[in-house]
Amino acid sequence: MSDGGAGGTVLLRPSAVPATTGVGVWLRRLASRAAAPYWQAAPLALVFAFFFVLPLVVTVVVSLWRYNEYSITPALVGDNYASVFSGCLAELPSLCLTFKTYVSTLKFCVLAWALTLLLGFTLAYFLTFHVRSLTGQMTLFLICTIPFWTSNVIRMISWVPLLGRNGLVNSFLISAGLTREPLTWLLFSDFSVVLAFVHLYTMFMIVPIFNSMSRIDRALLEAARDAGASGWQALWNVVVPLSKPGIVIGSIFVVTMVMGDYVTIGVMGGQQIASAGKVIQVQLSYLQFPLAAANAVVLLAVVLMVIAAMTRLVDVRKEL
Amino acid sequence: MREGRPLAFYALAAVFGLFALFLYGPMITIIVLSFQGPTGGLTFPMHGVSTHWFMSLWGGLGVVDIWAAFGRSLRLGLAVMVLTVVISLLAGYAFRRGFRGASLVFYAAVASLIVPSIIVSLGIGVQFRLLDAAIKWTAEALGLAAFTESFATSAGTFTSGLGVHLTWTLPFGLLIMFAVFNRFDPRYEEAARDLGATPWQTFRHVVLPLIAPSLVGIALFGFTLSWDEAARSSQALGSDQNTLPLELTGLTTTVTNPEIYALGTVTTTVSFAVIVVSLLLFRTLSRRQARGR
Repeated sequence: MSDGGAGGTVLLRPSAVPATTGVGVWLRRLASRAAAPYWQAAPLALVFAFFFVLPLVVTVVVSLWRYNEYSITPALVGDNYASVFSGCLAELPSLCLTFKTYVSTLKFCVLAWALTLLLGFTLAYFLTFHVRSLTGQMTLFLICTIPFWTSNVIRMISWVPLLGRNGLVNSFLISAGLTREPLTWLLFSDFSVVLAFVHLYTMFMIVPIFNSMSRIDRALLEAARDAGASGWQALWNVVVPLSKPGIVIGSIFVVTMVMGDYVTIGVMGGQQIASAGKVIQVQLSYLQFPLAAANAVVLLAVVLMVIAAMTRLVDVRKEL
Repeated sequence: MREGRPLAFYALAAVFGLFALFLYGPMITIIVLSFQGPTGGLTFPMHGVSTHWFMSLWGGLGVVDIWAAFGRSLRLGLAVMVLTVVISLLAGYAFRRGFRGASLVFYAAVASLIVPSIIVSLGIGVQFRLLDAAIKWTAEALGLAAFTESFATSAGTFTSGLGVHLTWTLPFGLLIMFAVFNRFDPRYEEAARDLGATPWQTFRHVVLPLIAPSLVGIALFGFTLSWDEAARSSQALGSDQNTLPLELTGLTTTVTNPEIYALGTVTTTVSFAVIVVSLLLFRTLSRRQARGR
């Protein structure tokens, strides 16, 4: 944004001007000016208080309640947590159901994270350092972000005609003589789940990494080249460290979204693959609220630990 | 004209091209398949071209009242859009001036973006159940028998549904406002004030025209994120109050004909219409601004 229009303006704060109207008015004006940020922030704060913070508190409280088939009753018991972790210590070294679910969920996290990072970094690098015009950058950037504004569920369903038993990929492979039987692991499998995550969430890597990269001073790259660095050395020693904030923000997004996911794993896994989020959803469908709440608290704790580890690396607010 | 591009450019451009194909290819596939002939199935080949599946979608999808869900999602999306713009704009102003508890509110917003949707949904679902119990208990204690009998739930599209969507759209709105005001030159406002403009006049005639394109962006996020939201809504809406994405998620396991693609095409068309209108508006407003300078 250019500041050309304000050239030559004397920077006088007008609050010093009208002192003629009496102390009362002056005080009232001061009060209202000081109060303004509070009523302006109030709607936002109230929405988050009532629809986010309070529900989290309710979740923690209800996770300590008792339940039966018909009702939930206030209590202060650890039964729900006990049943979340039932057998987890006794069965070691083999994994209990909860641990198995988390291992599977973390596997998806790592795969989705690695692939979206690799792809997101590559694409952001291309946009920042190889596309020269601003219009070109904006156009290609929009191409990456427009799908984000369309429905995730539809983007998942749209893989069915491609990856299904009689889908395009299989008919191509068969006609090319690469396989005789249609491949069945293409859809409703771990593969299709990871594919969908990459499809849906690469955008969350591209945007913050692109944001970080576009602040890198080109002179630094020239300096690296002048100092004899190869292209890869400049990439690894200059671009990657300076893109770290974007990488961390993108990673937090992707990892937390995959950690709590149940829609993608449900639709793309043919409702057959377990995940931490899916466990909660299934328990909710049986109206086992306190048990689901206990699982939610455990999931939240795991997510917070992951985020805490990642935010150590960067101050998120500076990056906006 | 142009100096020679390095080899890396062509390699990376190829990666970008493949990524674009990866992004849009599947979407285009189901749009094409939604025009499948009446005897066609869920995959290629096409058995002729027809609008058969759109017609049958128009008649409804069996037990699911898809058009009621469509209307609910549309109304909810518009309400979320307006509220997201207004609340984010006000909050943007507040954060600019600073206030006690600002970092707390900021962290709540970021947390709301990051806490898994299923947890937020569960929390709101249980919260409204408890609220219902409290309302019934109070009504009974006050002897309002008629009310107790007719009262079903306080959860609904425009109570819990609206709230849960705002927890998803407002963080985006707020982050955009931060980006806007971080780049905003306060000398415009100071000049306006020096010329005697009231705070409202300064906002209306100086700040608003400058930030209008960004507000269009917030509106775009507000509508589309609400229109497509499934994970957070699942537990947070009253019974028979499902939004379109929720019905769609349910239909993925039951519908075995191209009707679901037709529904996908209709939904995507709405999204694209909103995106195109927003981008055009964004461009018009930005240009007007550039000309006025």
